[in-house]
Amino acid sequence: MTQRDYSLLGPDAKRAVKAGLAAADWYHTDIPRKDMKALMKREDRTAIRDTVILFGAMAVFAAIGIWLWPSWWSAPFWLAYGVLYGSAMDSRWHECGHGTAFRTGKYNDWVYQIASFCMVRNPVTWRWSHARHHTDTIIVGRDPEIVAMRPPALFRIVLNFFGIVDGLTGWQRMLVNASGRLDPEEATYVPESEQPRVIRIARIWTAIYAATIALALAMQSILPLMLIGLPRLYGAWHHVLTGVLQHAGLAENVIDHRLNSRTVYMNRISRFIYWNMNFHVEHHMFPMVPYHRLPQLHERIKHDLPAPNRSIWQAYREVLPILRRQLGYHDDFLTRALPRTAQPYRVDLHQSALGEAETTSDGTPKAPAVPAH
Amino acid sequence: MTDWIDACAADDIDEEDVIRFDHDGRTFAVYRSMENDYFCTDGFCTHEQVHLADGLVMDHVIECPKHNGQFDYRTGAAKRSPVCENLGTYRVKVEGGRVFIEL
Ligand code: FES
Repeated sequence: MTQRDYSLLGPDAKRAVKAGLAAADWYHTDIPRKDMKALMKREDRTAIRDTVILFGAMAVFAAIGIWLWPSWWSAPFWLAYGVLYGSAMDSRWHECGHGTAFRTGKYNDWVYQIASFCMVRNPVTWRWSHARHHTDTIIVGRDPEIVAMRPPALFRIVLNFFGIVDGLTGWQRMLVNASGRLDPEEATYVPESEQPRVIRIARIWTAIYAATIALALAMQSILPLMLIGLPRLYGAWHHVLTGVLQHAGLAENVIDHRLNSRTVYMNRISRFIYWNMNFHVEHHMFPMVPYHRLPQLHERIKHDLPAPNRSIWQAYREVLPILRRQLGYHDDFLTRALPRTAQPYRVDLHQSALGEAETTSDGTPKAPAVPAH
Repeated sequence: MTDWIDACAADDIDEEDVIRFDHDGRTFAVYRSMENDYFCTDGFCTHEQVHLADGLVMDHVIECPKHNGQFDYRTGAAKRSPVCENLGTYRVKVEGGRVFIEL
């Protein structure tokens, strides 16, 4: 059984570079340039509509929550506000970080700054971390954003449904950054020229939290923190619920997103909160395509992708048993069987990574990672 | 000593688009703007070795297909992280319906 070291400074990081897995050439489904240009095309309208709905709904829920405070009748409105703050902001952070949600650059930047604050992710640091996640998706020792490691830290994931680990880590790093320092792992992917910005933003945020806490003390009430800060905890559950499904239980150390990412069909509300990131294979393969065109992209390339999961529920029924097995046997994972119409890719490189797979996504043992012609 | 190299036909590139041009072991990106002007830059992004010709051309900017870094393709200036380093640019002329770049 292989012991893994997920730190970016450990032996697996060196091994990945040596094996040619770092900054490798990933698989892309062939799409004619004309079609690809249409899919990549930017516009402001859809994201403006969604952003007005999002901020409008947050204002309404917060206003009712404040009005009914401290009655328990305010609870459903805080829960609704919280999920928009602690979960919808995750996807806004993500999409606007890519710069694809809006055509106008400054709109992406504004929403990105607000969403980064809500999620307690330094907007400079996390832009670099997410770039690395796209370069080296689920490559052990290279990808700083692996959620479900092996063995899976299930307790950590459960705590994160309430934002506990990620929220607290975010605030702790904010204070470290505000004191003028960077975490040693952050320093491996944030260029020196960008580090002063990391520190400046952390100081502004610290001042905002200090003012909120001072107001709460002056009012002798946690109400100000119900609006700023705490929703990162009580509203986190939806982004963890959907985010865990992106890669959990799938192959590590492959350079084909069809094998390490998961597309899951979801209900409309979850898709609004998640901004269509349920089309996750498509997003990784073509990060240039804005969230509102991912359903179109999915239709265009699904002949070349593993079958999507039919619902959140069905995806969890696939993921949970494999995570449970990985607690005991770390090398176990789900092999995605590609359809007969799919193009195979780098079978040579993947054979070693996939050779020990025990289960396919339809539950049959040891299917090949290439189409079974 | 520089040379004018025949890269492609002028109408090989759509308006507001880019194509890849490989020459002598090097790779370039050749652009046509909305105003029908032509430009040429290095073909690889300065962040990682990714062909910019697979990216999106929009308002005199080329957006890299990997992490959405942006460059002004007229000057090579890096406009949006994660790109920090500018691109090399090359002079271009159009003659007889052909695009030439100076290397
Ligand atoms: S490779 Fe171009 S932005 Fe990263």
